[in-house]
Amino acid sequence: MLPSDFIGRIFFILDIYGISLLRGAGITIVIALISTFLGCVIGLIVGIIQTIPTYAGQNPVKRFFLGVVKFILNAYIEIFRGTPMMVQAMFIYYGLAKVFGIFMDMWSAAIFIVSINTGAYMAETVRGGILSIDPGQTEGAKSIGMTHYQTMLYIILPQAIRNIMPQIGNNLIINIKDTCVLSVISIVELFYVARGIAGTYYTYFEAFTIAMVIYFILTFICSRILRWIERKMDGPDNYDLATSDTLMHTSGMYTHPKVYGKKLGEEERRD
Amino acid sequence: MRDVILEVQHLSKSFGKNSVLRDIDFTVRLGDVTSIIGASGSGKSTLLRCINLLEEPTSGKILFHGQNIADHGSDASSYRAKVGMVFQSFNLFNNMTVLQNCMIGITKVLKHPKSEAKERAMHYLEKVGMAPYINAKPRQLSGGQKQRVAIARALAMEPEMLLFDEPTSALDPQMVGEVLAVMRTLAQEGLTMIVVTHEMAFAKEVSTNVVFMSNGVICESGEPSAIFDTPSDPKTQEFLFRFRNN
Repeated sequence: MLPSDFIGRIFFILDIYGISLLRGAGITIVIALISTFLGCVIGLIVGIIQTIPTYAGQNPVKRFFLGVVKFILNAYIEIFRGTPMMVQAMFIYYGLAKVFGIFMDMWSAAIFIVSINTGAYMAETVRGGILSIDPGQTEGAKSIGMTHYQTMLYIILPQAIRNIMPQIGNNLIINIKDTCVLSVISIVELFYVARGIAGTYYTYFEAFTIAMVIYFILTFICSRILRWIERKMDGPDNYDLATSDTLMHTSGMYTHPKVYGKKLGEEERRD
Repeated sequence: MRDVILEVQHLSKSFGKNSVLRDIDFTVRLGDVTSIIGASGSGKSTLLRCINLLEEPTSGKILFHGQNIADHGSDASSYRAKVGMVFQSFNLFNNMTVLQNCMIGITKVLKHPKSEAKERAMHYLEKVGMAPYINAKPRQLSGGQKQRVAIARALAMEPEMLLFDEPTSALDPQMVGEVLAVMRTLAQEGLTMIVVTHEMAFAKEVSTNVVFMSNGVICESGEPSAIFDTPSDPKTQEFLFRFRNN
């Protein structure tokens, strides 16, 4: 029944479990995408709050409140970065239900755990991204009368987010791989399916070869897409020179390097 | 007598124990072009940054139309919207095109509609000769071009006074000329300006007042001809002597 050669067994497994594997891969990518997105949102909020400046002469109530919030957020980052996600998954899914009577369904628990973990890492990444922007950008914004909030929204964050795009990509890829720890709370993602197949036919090598390939395809596609988004964010290398009255729609535009070409051509003709 | 716009009274600034400015007093009237000269480290830039509240003065008053803006309760953002600043390192917004750099303050700070902002931004970009470059990003421009855009960005806010913090110090000699030409035009049009500069020829020719600073205090101030031709303070004499022999 089970083919005797490696390739044969691979096709055998794909034939019977192809749909299950695809469904597992789908669950993996969906959890990874949603959690990375939510994690980035959490990270952005936490990172932004942590970089709000405090200065002498500020309203003391506001300053105290900000201090408390920053302390809580710091504790959140340290705790979730400092403990394994698999342990957190067990603790939150089983522990909360048993001790506090908080029942989360499997899916919410899964997305919650991965998001909150990503958020803890992203918060530090965002903080680093914000701090990495030249202070001159903030001074330029302040000098035209922008408030801290406007400076963040229009000047600092767009640049910080561009700079942390590689790290967002890293997190997405880590999440695609790390969803496999969710198998401990019975999420039927790719690893869970592969382990099931391996156990049923005692085909560990084959089942996990397929799982490896699928994981790699998922991460590779994601990393390529993120690169493409980065290039889109950078905008074109050339710019258009406005030839005459730029307020008129009829005025022509031409791309910058051509200017040099034209000038060179004119000089040649003169010779 | 023209209206007094800015009055700095007994201004002091120290970073920790290091005292950078001591008991600075000076007055700027409408249409004045005040050049602040002096050796590096004499506190010129710190003074300018205090005037724009980028540094918090340790003590003293900065009166803008008679109101003390160095007070904690004052609204720094709305004050800065009326007082423009041009930096040595340009500080153009890297994530925006030239046109967006000049429009963002008008739309977001002054809350004017986009169409008006564009018209105003174009007007000032044309004035500094950068209108053809509206679609360029700062990284695609030369230093002189960046500084001209930075001036247009500050002008687009239609400020009552414009501060220049060594606007030509990061530029090579060829580009210095194009930036100074723009500043000269602005001075002739009657814009109130405070210019921290090492361009002595510019200071002598364009300013209405010259302030010489040394070690955090104002040594001497007055009309450019008085400062440059007949300086009374020995420190001013020494500074100008060394400057001429370089």
